[in-house]
This record gives sequence, structure tokens and C-alpha cells, in this order.
Amino acid sequence: MDDIINAQNLIKTFGNFTAVNDVTFNVQKGEIFAFLGPNGAGKTTTIKMLTTLLRPTSGTIKLNQIDAITHPEKARKTFGIVFQDPSLDDELTAMENMEFHAVLYKIPGRERKERIEKFLTFVELWDRRNDLVKTFSGGMKRRLEIARGLLHKPEILFLDEPTQGLDPQTRNKIWEYLQDLNKETQITVFFTTHYMEEAEQIAHKIAIMDHGKIIETGTAVMLMEKTKTKSLEEAFLKFTGTAIRDEEASGTDKLRAHAFRWRGR
Amino acid sequence: MSAVYILWKRELIRYFRSRARLVGSLGQPLLFLVALGFGLGPVFQKAGQGNYFQFLGPGVVCMGILFTGVFAGIQVIWDRQFGFLKETLVAPISRFEIMLGKTLGGATVAFIQGVFVLILSMIIGFKVQHVLLIPIALVAMFLTAIFFTALGISIASILEDMQGFQLIMNFVVQPTFFLSGALFPLTGVVSFLSIIAYFNPLAYGVDAVRGSLTGVTHFGLGTDLTVLVIISFVVLAIGSYLFSRVEA
Repeated sequence: MDDIINAQNLIKTFGNFTAVNDVTFNVQKGEIFAFLGPNGAGKTTTIKMLTTLLRPTSGTIKLNQIDAITHPEKARKTFGIVFQDPSLDDELTAMENMEFHAVLYKIPGRERKERIEKFLTFVELWDRRNDLVKTFSGGMKRRLEIARGLLHKPEILFLDEPTQGLDPQTRNKIWEYLQDLNKETQITVFFTTHYMEEAEQIAHKIAIMDHGKIIETGTAVMLMEKTKTKSLEEAFLKFTGTAIRDEEASGTDKLRAHAFRWRGR
Repeated sequence: MSAVYILWKRELIRYFRSRARLVGSLGQPLLFLVALGFGLGPVFQKAGQGNYFQFLGPGVVCMGILFTGVFAGIQVIWDRQFGFLKETLVAPISRFEIMLGKTLGGATVAFIQGVFVLILSMIIGFKVQHVLLIPIALVAMFLTAIFFTALGISIASILEDMQGFQLIMNFVVQPTFFLSGALFPLTGVVSFLSIIAYFNPLAYGVDAVRGSLTGVTHFGLGTDLTVLVIISFVVLAIGSYLFSRVEA
């Protein structure tokens, strides 16, 4: 019973479109878990359900033994999240964004300053703490979001394509932070990415998702052996095919289209 | 409650940080005061209604509150598009706290805006008749601000993006303003206008501010304040419900 994330038979439908189709998996405490899949596979929808932003149509989710569907507020304390799109307030400074987060997560006043300094230093942004976020580059924003996601000392950190669009230097740096942190504090890291070499090098365990289902789980080595390939990239293509996906509308878009149709009546 | 406080504070920081918006949003009320105040003033006087500034001032104050409040509420859509809303939605706080913090923040901004417009109108020529009733005017202004900010958030919870914004401005906000008695007295207008005014929340806000500052009311101060309190609570409740259903 060391599962820190336990998802059973997750289903999410939008109208008559099934974004996530009966997904079951678990993640052990302290694991770095990569969640891979082509565009439109249902990764982001799954993350949204795991992080209480979307209610599953059916299925159960347990985060650190807490039922995330019946007790979302309690479950939210156990994880931090870095979204696919930036979710910082551009008009506020780095410090103010951190303070905002600290208050929302009820971090006591004395500890607040100390922790903000610790995590901003950790991502090398302490010197820029009083600058408005709108003056930051993409990489700096991402680092700030990681620092913010860690501020309340979560058990799990979710990252949805954390290194997308960043230069190799920043990507390296970000994984360095996360691996250090994982060794030091046994934090569980759950991430999605399109960079296969990242998953191959960093993840302890990998799940490949396509068409709303999990096709395969295992270590990078296991996945390569199973497909008799030499790299995770090749293995991934074997599992999911080489056809280019017409970028399927995301779950939210489906939802929007659905809501629109519904309103027309 | 600390979550409500920090959400409130965020709105204020953002408001005072963008000076351009602060000054810019005084432009429209100033235009109404100058153009209508000086333009229609003589006609109003000739009709035996007295000084038009005395009539118009409170109306324009409430206009400022209406526009700023609805706008502050509708900004939730921006937060959703630019992702910041998600940060609050995954936080271990209730939707009601988020709604309350945002409403109080937006309403405070709209209220401050109203105070600025009041000062502006006093510089141009509006005279407060009953200094002792100023606190009542301020209460009415704040309730009006609460109502329209909560309304803005309710609308934003239903709208998917900013496409519908123009629709709201033209079919909700503008009519609310023009049919509220902010610009003309409701006494003696054709009956359909006065009937509409009975159902117009802003009419009570305008009437309460005008009544307390100049002593002239249409519905009576007691009615005004009672209606404002009731509808503010109602729209807060509706807004909380709609906002609780928002999915990121």
C-alpha cells in the first residue's frame, strides 16, 4: 500500500466523445513517473482529473490515500502542479506570486518568508524576486512555477509538459532541480512530455497512453525490450504508430463545442 | 478567510499598479459630466428642475461603479484564458472563498472608482447638500459595487471567452445605465420607462446616492437600501453557484 497515486477505471466523456477510456494505474511514493502519448491521447484530461480540476465521469482517484473526488480540498494539499500553460499573474512580482500561493495554502507567516527564499534561491530567481513576472522569459516563468508548486511541500508534483518550448540549457537545469529534490525529499514526480529522451533518462517508470487508454507501463528498458528497439523514441513509435495525429481538440474544446450546442436549444 | 483577503489584495495591487487604466477609466465619467452637465444644464434649468449637476453627479458616480464593477467581474474570463484562475482552483480553498475574495476585491476597486468620480464631480460643480448623510451614500455605493461585480463574475462563469463581452456591454451594461434614471428624472416619464426602472438594480443605487447627497429621491432611501441589500445577497448566491460549476 505504498501507492501515492492510485487511479481506478477512470472514464471521462464530453458529450459522446470519450477522452479517457477506463484508465487504471498507480504510482509509488518517491517515483518519477512519465506519462507519454501523442497529442489528443488524453494525458492533459487525466492530469486535470488527478488534480481535481475535472470530475471524472466514473472511476476513483486516491492521492496519498485521500479520495480526490469526495475530498478535493483535502487532496489538493498533497500535490503541487505546473500546468502546461503558464498560470502566473503577470502583473505581480515573483515575490507576490509566491506570497499569494503561500496564503492560499495556509503556510504560517513565520515560515512563509523562509520557504519563499529557499525555493526562489533553489530555482535561481531570488535576485529577481521584486521584478514583475511579465518581464520574465519563458524559462524563468517555468522555474518560478516550479518553485511555487513546491512551496507548500507537496508529496506529489504534477508537471504537464514542463520543458515544452525551452532551450536545452533550461531543460537540463529543470530536470536537475527535480532530480535533486526527488533524491533529497522523496517527492513523487508525475510528468508528461513529448521529449522521449527526457523520459528515458529521468523516469523510473513510464506509461504510454493513446486514444484514451493506457497501452503499456514499465521502465524504459522494459518498453524497449518488449518492442526490440534501441531507444524509447522507437519503442514509443512502435506502440503508437507513426501516423501524424490531426491535433484532436482538447477535452476543453470538446466541452466548449458541447456547451455551445446545448445552449443553442 | 486569509484566502479571501489575499484575493482581495491582488485586485487592489493590480488596480493601483496600472495607473493608465486608473486615469483612463475616469475619462468616460468626465466626458458625461462635462458634455451632459454643461450641455443639458440650461434646458434642465429652464424646465424648472434646478441645477442639472446636482441631478447628474450621483448618476455618473454610479455609472463609474457599474462599469468598473462589471468589468472587474468579467476579468475572471481573462484569468481563465491566461491560466491564473487554475492556480486558485487547485488551491485547498472553497469555490465560495474564491468568489467572495474576487467580488470584494472587484467591488472595492469599483467603490474607489466611484469615490474618485464623486470628487471629480465636486470639482466641476456638484454640491453635497447633506454632509451627515455621506456615510449612507458610501454604503449605497459599496452595495451597488458588490452587486455589479458579483453580476460580472456570474456572467463570466457562463461565458466561454471574451467573444460574448461586447454582447454583455451592449445588451446588459449600457441599457442598465441609460434606463436607470442616472441621466433623467424618473418622475413623469412614459410609463414603460418607469416600469423598467422598477426592475433595474442601478436605479436603486443611483436613487440612494442621489437621495443621501442631495435629498431628492424617487423610491425613498429606505426602499433603495433594502432593495440593494437583498439583490446583492441574491446575486452573490447565484454567482457562487455558477462559479462553483466552472471547470478549468
